[in-house]
Amino acid sequence: MNAPTAESAAPELREVRGPSALGGGRRRFFDLLWLMSVTEFKRVYFGTVLGYVWSLVRPLMLFGVLLFVFTQVFKLGSGLPYYPVLLLLGIVNFTFFQEATQAAVTSVAAQEGVVRKTQFPRLVIPIAVVVTALFNLGLNLVIVLVFLLAWGVDPAWTWLLFPVAIAALFVLTAATSMMLSVLYVRFRDVAIIWTVLAQMLFYATPILYPLGENGLGDPSIEKALMINPLAVIFEQVRVWVLTEPNAPTAAEAAGGALHLLPAAAIFVAICLYGAWIFNREAPRIAEEL
Amino acid sequence: MPAAATAIEVDGLRKAFRIPTHRVDSLKERMVRPFASRDYRELHALDGVSFEIEQGEFFGIVGRNGSGKSTLLKLLASIYRADGGTIRMAGRLAPFIELGVGFNAELSARENVVLNGVMMGLTPQETRQRLDAVIEFAELGEFVDLKLKNYSSGMLVRLAFSLMMEVDADILLIDEVLAVGDAAFQQKCADAFHAMKAAGKTIVLVTHEMSTVEEYCHRAMLIDSGQIQYVGDPAEVGRRYLRLNFERGEAGGSVGADTSDEVRLLDAWIEGPDGERLTNVERGDEIHLRAEIEVKRDVEGLNVGLVLLNADGVGVFELNTAIAGAGKENRLRAGQRVAVSAELENPLAPGRYFIHCGVSRAATGSVILYVHNCVDFVVFGSHVPGVFALKHRIEAGVEEPGS
Repeated sequence: MNAPTAESAAPELREVRGPSALGGGRRRFFDLLWLMSVTEFKRVYFGTVLGYVWSLVRPLMLFGVLLFVFTQVFKLGSGLPYYPVLLLLGIVNFTFFQEATQAAVTSVAAQEGVVRKTQFPRLVIPIAVVVTALFNLGLNLVIVLVFLLAWGVDPAWTWLLFPVAIAALFVLTAATSMMLSVLYVRFRDVAIIWTVLAQMLFYATPILYPLGENGLGDPSIEKALMINPLAVIFEQVRVWVLTEPNAPTAAEAAGGALHLLPAAAIFVAICLYGAWIFNREAPRIAEEL
Repeated sequence: MPAAATAIEVDGLRKAFRIPTHRVDSLKERMVRPFASRDYRELHALDGVSFEIEQGEFFGIVGRNGSGKSTLLKLLASIYRADGGTIRMAGRLAPFIELGVGFNAELSARENVVLNGVMMGLTPQETRQRLDAVIEFAELGEFVDLKLKNYSSGMLVRLAFSLMMEVDADILLIDEVLAVGDAAFQQKCADAFHAMKAAGKTIVLVTHEMSTVEEYCHRAMLIDSGQIQYVGDPAEVGRRYLRLNFERGEAGGSVGADTSDEVRLLDAWIEGPDGERLTNVERGDEIHLRAEIEVKRDVEGLNVGLVLLNADGVGVFELNTAIAGAGKENRLRAGQRVAVSAELENPLAPGRYFIHCGVSRAATGSVILYVHNCVDFVVFGSHVPGVFALKHRIEAGVEEPGS
């Protein structure tokens, strides 16, 4: 098939199979993904004077309010020297998940004109949203790094594991986005449902309340929380980045590595379902819209 | 270039749309009534369509609204997936279902061109190389970094069109693009199409506009109710398309029977100055219209009317005359023939025209015979905006203020 022909000899006939999640070749998918993510990112950051500031303001404001409420009012995390940094890191990471998935819900439907009139790998749309959010996360993490060093957290070799956690978070976010974006085409109330669910997930993830000693400290609740794949990821981030001696690893919080299996199963199930349903619906998105 | 190599091969293509009788569009509804009717109606948009297009061919696809031609286009463009049959294509295809559809108003022309180029299958490098050419052709050099939301609609169309010219795909798929833009832009489109045709590109054009098909296409295809009616000579496709339009268009609103046991339309035609029959009349030349009606049995006073319609089925003009007035003394006898002859000036815009012929009772006005489309003819000449060219006088003078 790939016979390198000189000049533009008559191209051979190839079957056209219609639209799909990845149709049009992998190279084209990644070219398009990269371009769309970068242009969207540039648009937000360089389109307005305060672009970058605005996207920072949101997590920082949330951070400020929560920090005040939980350290001054509820006296949470008083025994934890790194509580503010932990809170900020959690908020920044969760903001990535929430922003990406929420933008992804309507992404495919919002691109109706393009989807109905042009041909390109459909998967690009939700994934580009997630990649754009990832760029955002990268910038926000720079701020987190400044906070980390300012609070006297020493760099440790386990920081090298942080990208692994972010990779897992990215995959989970991408799969969720794929699923939501394609479900929204059919069921318009998905947007509302997801807003509520995402808020619930925020509280079901140890961001506000640290686990273990001086934190939540309730083994049965901690065990239950570890069913949530996000909770597992966030707890491991805490262990790897903040290197507190008292912080329980995800496995410890769950009460044994084996108890992490439900979370792992949910993680895999979401990924498989997201990929499956997007792949199934992709050829028909143009008709359903 | 090897002659007559196949560019597009379509075999037994089928596509049906499911139209649910009750549309469930929220999860809530699905949960509350999980067993709600999932019945649907199947609409067969395409039903076993097969054809081939050769390389270097300018191929027209023609059909009425709802005939399946847009579905076919979207299947060719990989926007829909076929239910059955195969499409095979040689080379890269650039679909233009609508000019500038992939444009993002928030981005600059430069970013949009690159993004669209990649969408159409170029690599980012190739697109950047062509960027200058695109901008130059669109005459937008100084606005390349301006966001599209600040563009005028004319600028947008120019950008979209020059992008289409420059993507340089092996096969171009074009839907009604000519319908946009002002006269100058349409001329530019026409030039570009001639250039592409001369360059031997394979072009598939979907349109309503018969004059476009007859002007550019090597071959054309008429599609109706999801099936191919005819493939071949564009002029013949044009004729069949118009016939189809009138058969259907009039089926509901017919005012009288097309046969009657009292009178019969024998013939109707357009004549030249020397009595020869014509199918083409130049704009400005007088139209000589003739018809012959046979009386089949004795009948009292009749009127005859002729209705002139353009290709869109719009009534342009109507002429009437009495064959004979009411009353016993004006009785027509069986076997008599009536020759109708009319002369009318011709300010009509170039295009195809039709004539319906009707016969009614002078006394009551009731229509006893109505023959659709008994004559069709083409008016040719230079383009006229609108339906016809009225005699006019127009002037504009400059007045000095205060004088």
